[in-house]
Amino acid sequence: MSEELHHVRLHVNGVAHDVAVPPRRLLSDALRHELGLTGTHVGCEHGVCGACTVLVDGRPMRSCLMFAVSAVDCEITTVEGLTNADDSLGPVQQAFLECHGLQCGFCTPGFMTTITAGLEENPSPTEDEARDMIAGNLCRCTGYQNIVKSVLRAAELRDAETTRAQP
Amino acid sequence: MKAGGRSGRLAVVKPAPFEYVRPASLDDAVAGLAGDPGAKVLAGGQSLVPLLSMRLASPSRLVDINGLPDLDGIEAGPDGVRIGALARHADVLASGDVRRVQPLVSLALANVAHATIRNRGTTVGSIVHADAAAEMPMVLRLLGGSVDVAGPGGRRTIAADDLYVGPMESSLHHDEIAVSAWFPALGERAGVAFEEVARRHGDYALCGVAALVDGDSVRAGYLSVCDVPTVVDLTDLAEADLGETALARLDPGDDIHASADYRAQLVRVLTARVVAAAREMARMKAAP
Ligand SMILES: Cc1cc2nc3c(=O)[nH]c(=O)nc-3n(C[C@H](O)[C@H](O)[C@H](O)COP(=O)(O)OP(=O)(O)OC[C@H]3O[C@@H](n4cnc5c(N)ncnc54)[C@H](O)[C@@H]3O)c2cc1C
Ligand code: FES
Ligand code: FES
Repeated sequence: MSEELHHVRLHVNGVAHDVAVPPRRLLSDALRHELGLTGTHVGCEHGVCGACTVLVDGRPMRSCLMFAVSAVDCEITTVEGLTNADDSLGPVQQAFLECHGLQCGFCTPGFMTTITAGLEENPSPTEDEARDMIAGNLCRCTGYQNIVKSVLRAAELRDAETTRAQP
Repeated sequence: MKAGGRSGRLAVVKPAPFEYVRPASLDDAVAGLAGDPGAKVLAGGQSLVPLLSMRLASPSRLVDINGLPDLDGIEAGPDGVRIGALARHADVLASGDVRRVQPLVSLALANVAHATIRNRGTTVGSIVHADAAAEMPMVLRLLGGSVDVAGPGGRRTIAADDLYVGPMESSLHHDEIAVSAWFPALGERAGVAFEEVARRHGDYALCGVAALVDGDSVRAGYLSVCDVPTVVDLTDLAEADLGETALARLDPGDDIHASADYRAQLVRVLTARVVAAAREMARMKAAP
């Protein structure tokens, strides 16, 4: 069967990519298969688990619930885009490393994108707010305790970074 | 594209093939629907895409309305709140004006899915999706709101009472697009309350109840109890009779999430709670 391909330009992590995809190509699959950005993980493919969460114009959204063809007018950030400009780990990534916020790592990219946006909105969350921030993401390994710690630690790291950036 | 470069490549695409159009005007969007009896609107996709991926729906054409201009408005005036078809749940929930003019909209929206889903899903999409387990169809009905739709013959307004005709079925014609929803303002002396029970916050509720108390009038709306969003009049009842009276007019269903008995118990408990809370809100407002 020949399916019509749409030529679309996706803006991902600051880079424009031209791809040709059938309309039914999910954004999650386009990121992984067309662009080779396999950091975005795919679990349930119906919006429940959160593993595929990416930032669309800075807001967390499920990439398994969007089609690549309808993601044309926006700036997408995947977990690969969360590193610092010098390629060192970004604050959320560093915090997960320090706090043992992951075990198998399958859920981790979705948590990291969600937390990145969450801290943008609320830079110094309480423990309850940290829990609320990650309530839409599932993890089968960690029991969440260390992910909550990672949120709080990431807030500290971000804070230190901003203080350092100010003369 | 490196088509066929990897074996099993097509296995990663779960929805069945469809034609995709992204019109730039409402007229083109309506024409896109009218031109194909198998066409469907794509708004936030937070309900539709799972249905496509599970192949529970396979429309021949998707009309993506996300490129249409001027549909993302959220306007709150003295008479009520008008929400455009592209206003995301998250933006409606964040609006202080909406909360002030009709607090029940905000109270209920806080229970619609998780924040990430609310960032993409639209309130109007939820209303016309007509899921009896969803919060906003019930709230629209309880408040006596309406939906404005555009079709090939022009525009019309559908009152909430005429919108829900069956399980997951609204009275929108196939070639109509809902452009906005209207929620009347809360009366000066009126009170509202909302409560639901879900396994986890953000999941679809096992049972949810909202109450609207205005003068002597007491009404309650129910989600996840019957197969359409349902409103019951509870005016002139003693406190102790609220739950049983509501239950006599409802038919709680059984599913894998909860038994009918358990739902009946939730109806009893939540009805009494929300009516009391709505009365309290009305009393506080009336207090000098
Ligand atoms: C994990 C998860 C949990 C959820 N939990 C809840 C919950 O607890 N409560 C709840 O209420 N919802 C929940 N939802 C659904 C969510 O609220 C959806 O956003 C909403 O139901 C549909 O809005 P949408 O914009 O995403 O519509 P879409 O998915 O794009 O469309 C849904 C249907 O409505 C039609 N449609 C949409 N907009 C229009 C329009 N303007 N004119 C005509 N037809 C239109 C479409 O053709 C389609 O048939 C959940 C979703 C997910 C994935
Ligand atoms: S894969 Fe998208 S939410 Fe699970
Ligand atoms: S670390 Fe394994 S699922 Fe979260």
